[in-house]
Amino acid sequence: MEFDSSPSGALPKTKAPEKLQIAITVNGVRTQREVAPWTTLLDFLRDHLDLTGTKKGCDHGQCGACTVLVDGQRINACLTLAVMKDGASVTTIEGLAVNGSLHPLQQAFIDHDAFQCGYCTPGQICSAAGMIREGKAQSPAEIRELMSGNICRCGAYPNIVAAIQQAMAQS
Amino acid sequence: MINFDYVRATGVADAVRQIAGHPGAKFIAGGTNLIDLMKEDVERPPKLVDISRLALSGVEQTDSGGLRIGALTPNSDVAYHPLIEERYPILSSAILAGASAQLPNMASTGGNLLQRTRCHYFYDIATPCNKRTPGGGCSAIHGLNRIHAILGASDACIATHPSDMCVALAALGATVVAVGPGGERRIAFSDFHRLPGDTPDRDTNLNPDELITAIELPPEGFNRNYTYLKIRDRLSYAFALVSVAAALEIDGGVLKEARLALGGVAHKPWRDEKAEAALVGQAPGEAAFKQATDIVLRDAKGLAHNAFKIDLARRAIVRALTQAANGTPQIQADKKIR
Repeated sequence: MEFDSSPSGALPKTKAPEKLQIAITVNGVRTQREVAPWTTLLDFLRDHLDLTGTKKGCDHGQCGACTVLVDGQRINACLTLAVMKDGASVTTIEGLAVNGSLHPLQQAFIDHDAFQCGYCTPGQICSAAGMIREGKAQSPAEIRELMSGNICRCGAYPNIVAAIQQAMAQS
Repeated sequence: MINFDYVRATGVADAVRQIAGHPGAKFIAGGTNLIDLMKEDVERPPKLVDISRLALSGVEQTDSGGLRIGALTPNSDVAYHPLIEERYPILSSAILAGASAQLPNMASTGGNLLQRTRCHYFYDIATPCNKRTPGGGCSAIHGLNRIHAILGASDACIATHPSDMCVALAALGATVVAVGPGGERRIAFSDFHRLPGDTPDRDTNLNPDELITAIELPPEGFNRNYTYLKIRDRLSYAFALVSVAAALEIDGGVLKEARLALGGVAHKPWRDEKAEAALVGQAPGEAAFKQATDIVLRDAKGLAHNAFKIDLARRAIVRALTQAANGTPQIQADKKIR
């Protein structure tokens, strides 16, 4: 299919490339799909795998709602391409609970009422899981600094910090 | 985002070969800035060459006693590397002052050097911008220019370079190693980024078909007397209005060596070697620091909304030099400036 890729028509026409076969292990399950190269990891999770727990907020890496763990590290799923993560292991909010038992962070967010609307919560919890694994945050000031990539529009920050402190004490 | 071809490079030579002869093709590593710009239609590469799997990660000692940082080493790995923390803490501090925690887990060291400006007009394709479309005009000069440059700007462009890491690399006097079709070349950090002049579309002196493979740090890391002080509109996760990397070597109550570089004020990390030279031989203190500040800001020029940066820079430089001299560097999680 030939199509014009630029709104103004200023760029030469480009040919739509073939889809690429990728295999990504998501929440312990190896999944193979064909994706177009411009599919972000976020869109891959939500639209191709129907894992809609990971949220699309700003889609520009500014809000943190799309935070997932890739090979254990927290990243913004909106700023990486699915084809670049071929072979990787991804954990989303849907994969944190084990055998029906909530992850300590999930329980702590409930215990401390660490959300209001809940839209940022999957990203907050995945980000906190990554931060605890990194092991660089000890004090509340360090937690606030290293969680600054996760925005909460409802302003539940004090309760989020308290919830993370509880989960850190358990880990 | 436009549709594009995607190939995975199998080696450095293959990566360079995949770019050659493809105008507009780009390397992609972390992707944190490039994918954002592609979503905004600011960048429209017809082809991406994925270099993220190349063996260019890691930190190792060089024969000359410095360190070599592989271009694909994630920013967070550099910030927390024991040798960087111990010998070049100003670099760790600058990286930790930047972005969120998620972005440096993806962002590569080489890519950090190639970040584009966050000028609002550069991002808004509905407005003219000489950096985005040469000859189109600059919307910022007579527009909202609160975040823009006070040093080294031109009539064509007043954008600033957004990186914190690069300000520390400028102060340390790093070297950029790049490979192109003609082989490897080494670029002094001060020669890597460009002032806008009448070609603001070119941020750096790297050619489009050259790939950054490493950053080298000289042996001297200034690990006793240093600071990275960043002033911004909110306390975390914001670009610098003004930032200062200050590194000193003090011997017998006299400044033996001084390094001073600013972020958020110019089209490139702004290192001033005249100000550094003026500090050498003096006793560390307010008199010497104010004199150096006057030298740094001798040609500073404010526009309608950013003139406040001149006073802000003046105070931030003196404060940073004081922090460095006292051996009390700014701690990035501590929001009090002491």
